[in-house]
Amino acid sequence: MNEAVIDSPANTPETDSGEGKRRFVYNPNRVAHTLNKLGLGYFSPFARLIGKDEPAKQVREIANNTILPILAFSVFIGFWAVTARLVKTDSVQIPTPHQSWYALTGVAIPGLSHPFPESIEGLEAPYFVENEGLDPKSINGFSVAEEVSEGKYIESQQERVDKYLDRAREAEAEGDSAKAEKYRENAEMFASKSYQANKTFYDQIWISLLTILIGFSIATLVAVPLGVLCGISPKFNTAVNPLIQLFKPVSPLAWFPIVFVLTTWGIDTPPSDSIWQRALWTSAGVVMLCSLWPTLINTAVGVASVDQDHLNVAKVLKLGWFKRIWKIVLPASLPMIFTGLRLSIGVGWMVLIAADMMAQNQGLGKFVWDMYQNGDTMSTAQIIVAVFVIGAVGFFLDRIMLVFQRLVTFEEQNV
Amino acid sequence: MKVKRPLQNIITGLLLAITIPTSADLLDVEKDTLKFGFIKLTDCAPIVIAKEKGFFDDEGLSVTVEAQGNWKELLNRVITGDLDGAHMLAGQPIGATVGFGTQADIVTAYNLDYNGNGITVSNEIWKQMKPSVPKGPDGKPIHPITADSLKPIVDRAVAASNKLKMGMVFPVSTHNYEIRYWLASAGIKPGFYFDPSTGQVDVPGFLNGDVELSVTPPPQMPQTLEQGTIVGYCVGEPWNQQAVAKGIGVPVTTNYDVWKNNPEKVFGVSKEWADANPNTWIAVTKALIRAGHWLDASPENRVEAAKILSQPNYVGAPFDVISSSMTGTFEFEKGDKREMPDFNVFFRYNASYPYYSDCVWFLTQMVRWGQIPEQQTDSFFESMAKKIYHPDVYLSAVEELIDDGEFTEEDFAEAFAAKESGGYKPPTTDFIDGKSYDGTRPNEYIKSFEIGLK
Repeated sequence: MNEAVIDSPANTPETDSGEGKRRFVYNPNRVAHTLNKLGLGYFSPFARLIGKDEPAKQVREIANNTILPILAFSVFIGFWAVTARLVKTDSVQIPTPHQSWYALTGVAIPGLSHPFPESIEGLEAPYFVENEGLDPKSINGFSVAEEVSEGKYIESQQERVDKYLDRAREAEAEGDSAKAEKYRENAEMFASKSYQANKTFYDQIWISLLTILIGFSIATLVAVPLGVLCGISPKFNTAVNPLIQLFKPVSPLAWFPIVFVLTTWGIDTPPSDSIWQRALWTSAGVVMLCSLWPTLINTAVGVASVDQDHLNVAKVLKLGWFKRIWKIVLPASLPMIFTGLRLSIGVGWMVLIAADMMAQNQGLGKFVWDMYQNGDTMSTAQIIVAVFVIGAVGFFLDRIMLVFQRLVTFEEQNV
Repeated sequence: MKVKRPLQNIITGLLLAITIPTSADLLDVEKDTLKFGFIKLTDCAPIVIAKEKGFFDDEGLSVTVEAQGNWKELLNRVITGDLDGAHMLAGQPIGATVGFGTQADIVTAYNLDYNGNGITVSNEIWKQMKPSVPKGPDGKPIHPITADSLKPIVDRAVAASNKLKMGMVFPVSTHNYEIRYWLASAGIKPGFYFDPSTGQVDVPGFLNGDVELSVTPPPQMPQTLEQGTIVGYCVGEPWNQQAVAKGIGVPVTTNYDVWKNNPEKVFGVSKEWADANPNTWIAVTKALIRAGHWLDASPENRVEAAKILSQPNYVGAPFDVISSSMTGTFEFEKGDKREMPDFNVFFRYNASYPYYSDCVWFLTQMVRWGQIPEQQTDSFFESMAKKIYHPDVYLSAVEELIDDGEFTEEDFAEAFAAKESGGYKPPTTDFIDGKSYDGTRPNEYIKSFEIGLK
């Protein structure tokens, strides 16, 4: 919970009541507070520094917030580098930081020896040169290699079109206009084709994000109404609670075969070049089943603990059932719901990697699985890169949910 | 002028007929955007090459090729239609059609390759085997190495009731039948799927066995061997060479020695797909034939293929590991590199033709190990083979290619000969145990085994 330290509104403004009326004055406290709210608490000392609010204290804070994490990260890299040298079996080793860097960029860090000396041999021209000096087996090198292939494809496509146009002309000369028409159609067909790209790492990040977006959205649509029902009706809660407790701890790996059957049965085979592959739905389904529970339970608790005063107001106003929920219960339990959603997206992202592996959805999980199977020296290093990216995306998703969570938490007195 | 026109047409027509090879029209394909699956093994090469060299594109097909996690997943996705077709174990369409494991009608018209597998044992087992392996004057083991030298080790393990565990890639895979064949030819019982005396069915296939053979996906074989879960395995390339390169195991024999020029992988599609897309099937087969031909056309092409296959989205193993077997050499013990020009055959010896006799051989092994529990008549074998293997589609593709002017009739002399002889190979004794196999008399072959259900 370290954001509690960094982001806590401990530095809430005390003096802005007087200045509040003068709109165009830069109010460091207000800016800092907004930044805190947006989950960008790291930058609030900067905002205060600009506003000359206790500069010495802000500089100290910035130094702390910057130097300490960098220090810890350096210690981690050092530890990693040492471990990588120690942990080695006949066939595998933990990739070093340098190897991982190379696996991402395809270029060795200047001044250091090549991290994969044994793999250079297989990379003679022309393949290597075509990739502008990047190792084609690295993540970036592969993306570039894909562009090169696409360029080649377009050339060969033109050749095919020309060939059939020539044939059409020949047929015309022969006087066989039906055949000429057919060849012209063929040429058109070839011209309409596009390159069937291989998925690069960057495509796979997007597919993973899309998958979790779908899974998480469906989970929310199911969990919030169910949670509200559980919260307002103790009887309903008693009825379904055993089911919730039973399914909550189930692993994504166990859900997979069931979801696989469902998607196979319920979804028509999409065209091969469509992004909406069945595997994507299977993966999203597994994510949904696993990320449902935190939202459901938090919503139920939130709804059940709505202040009795609020409910009394609803009674006084003689609000109907639906209105009562919409106007009183839901707004009052939003902070809890969003806490649940934030937990859910965390669970979903974690589950997604396993789900992708099982369902063969072209996301990050599939990337990790394919690299694991490649058995090349560089593939483990690419898995390390993927680990960092998975972590970074997970962090990013969490931050987004944090902002939403903060926005619905009532702190009117500060705004 | 008007009078001359027809004549002019005739003359130009004749000239064109002489100067330009007659060009067949493109097939009207029913489905032009396709996705094929493969497992990370070098014998997926014809599919990858047909894509990378633009052979699919030439047929007007837009094809994506996607690596699959394991054979089971791959088969499932072909059945559900997520994949239009896939690189399959030769036994997979057969197993699926007879209903061992998943029941589904899968058909094939293209044999991807011959040979290409090896049996590797761990360093520990090799140390125990090596003293009793016959050696040549140069001190190197004489190949083929039989399982005779493994027999005492297996016996000791059975006596200690700690049976040796070995890996193969799928219950209906060539590897399963090959490692069983190799073990059984030395008197080691590899375990049965069915016991006729009790009527007991055993899904893992451990019944009454001296060793336990279990399933591991090919790319994980070396890791599993290193972790000690298994002490040996039978798998396709590059995963035997990988074990040598990393020093974790020693390949003792290749399947070329177990059965010379045995069918290994096929290009399988579901029957439903084949019925709905007959022209597409022929077009795909055309592209695959061109790819197979390209792969066997020159050693340079093999090197280029190894380079393409080492891309991370295909097989992804290091180039030198893939190129070793692809270019016709095979490293047994470290430093014991031998010439094996026929280690991977894609087109020579009419390798891409789907022979009925190859299908029947798999069926005989399924009966032998109890995957098909009842004994069958010879006509069962024939009707099954004709249901699953489709040389007619292969021959249509060949005729199209000849019409296109890509190939001549001589290039496919053996394919036409096979058609003449009814699609069966002549009887052969090219097995490690020297047994004679005639595809038209499967029951006779099954009865000739000492170990096996009859």
